[in-house]
Amino acid sequence: MLGFLVHNEGDHVGVAVEDVNPGKAMAIYMDSHREDAVDVIEAIPLGHKVALADMARDENVIEYGVLVGKTRAAIKRGQLVHVHNMRSARWEASQ
Amino acid sequence: MSQLFGYRRPDGRVGVRNHVAILPVDDLSNAVCEAVAHEVPGTIALPHHYGRLQYGDDLELTFRTLIGNGTNPNVAAAVVVCIEPNWARKVADGIAASGKPVEVFSIERFGDLKTLASAARAAQQLLQDASELRREPIERRELLISIKCGESDTTTGLGSCPTVSWVVDHHVRDGGSVIFGETTELTGGEHLIAQRCQDPAVRAAFQGMYDGYIAEIERSHSNLLGSQPTEGNIRGGLSTIEEKALGNIAKTGTVPVVDALEPAVRPTRTGLSFMDSSSAAAEFITLMGAAGAVVHLFPTGQGNIIGNPIVPVIKLTANPITASTMSEHVDLDVSFLLGREYDLDAAGKKLLAIVDRTIGGRLTCAEALGHREFVITKLYRSA
Repeated sequence: MLGFLVHNEGDHVGVAVEDVNPGKAMAIYMDSHREDAVDVIEAIPLGHKVALADMARDENVIEYGVLVGKTRAAIKRGQLVHVHNMRSARWEASQ
Repeated sequence: MSQLFGYRRPDGRVGVRNHVAILPVDDLSNAVCEAVAHEVPGTIALPHHYGRLQYGDDLELTFRTLIGNGTNPNVAAAVVVCIEPNWARKVADGIAASGKPVEVFSIERFGDLKTLASAARAAQQLLQDASELRREPIERRELLISIKCGESDTTTGLGSCPTVSWVVDHHVRDGGSVIFGETTELTGGEHLIAQRCQDPAVRAAFQGMYDGYIAEIERSHSNLLGSQPTEGNIRGGLSTIEEKALGNIAKTGTVPVVDALEPAVRPTRTGLSFMDSSSAAAEFITLMGAAGAVVHLFPTGQGNIIGNPIVPVIKLTANPITASTMSEHVDLDVSFLLGREYDLDAAGKKLLAIVDRTIGGRLTCAEALGHREFVITKLYRSA
């Protein structure tokens, strides 16, 4: 089944196009049309993001080929990426 | 493409609606304006909260917003009401300069009831006169289109915004004009917009507006993180302002940015213009009405339900949950884009078809449901 759409080659995250349960799910890159089978570790609701790469803490997160934030914690490929483990790169925290 | 029909106004601009606007200059005049619109159904009141003790740039923006909306080509004629005669005359003269009929009333020394009687009589006459105006053949490229998304989620950047992008490119290449804005919601991708500015002067103007807006927020010892992304955005899967911005920018097409406009200013260059503006939907579309936009394209993820009294707001979503649970607010469902066959041409053509039907008079969901949000952008507190 198609689980995720990925904007660009090199992106660290893909977007779930339906509720995806743990297990194998297909990610399609929208620029190259490449398909990538992802071992999904935890449930990814529709519209939420899956990690496509292992990332250390405080690492840049790339989506659309652009920096969209930094990791708050180490993230493994197949995990959910959202506000619990990712933050803005522009501002550290609300002042 | 079949022939399109619209209203050609005395100043040459083309509208797709034929409203008689009952326009209060200040908050005090809302009651009479709403009473006029009640007595003369078919006219439309534009109540708002401001117009008293404003000064400087903030006052000028309010005047530009009121005059611009009264002048909008979707408006056939206007009745202007103010507590006193001088500002009433200033706004009425600004609208009358476009050549359309305007009647002006002030409340002091008459009271609400006498003002209602005379303003309603004038409104009736203007409405009957407007009813005789006929749509004429027009070209789509004569229409000024505005774009802004709301309650975005990740489906916005994947589907509904790229669909709008397709229409933006199509409209501009056809010789039309489009306005986008949402200054702070470009954060993280502002360099992409700067790169698309057509020359160094436009780039400097754009960068100055962006930097100024961010500096204003930071001067308040705050930043965007408390409000951006919104709770709705987060629920929809967006994690940071930067991620939201990239989805936002995904609707602006690929054409150059030809100008960077102050808020509520009418574009003078053909093509895609940026306007320095809030991302709050009602404020934004009110500014677009002032700039003369006659159709607004509104991609939404989680389901923003915004409308505007004079600018038809066309909503599209790529989120299948929103499309099914909030269908009365969705003019176009493009959730098929989330499948394996990503056919943006098909989605763009569907949106263009809805635009053409809206031009022809089809009511948008927001119009049919009576969404008439009209909000003046305030630059600072009143005196």
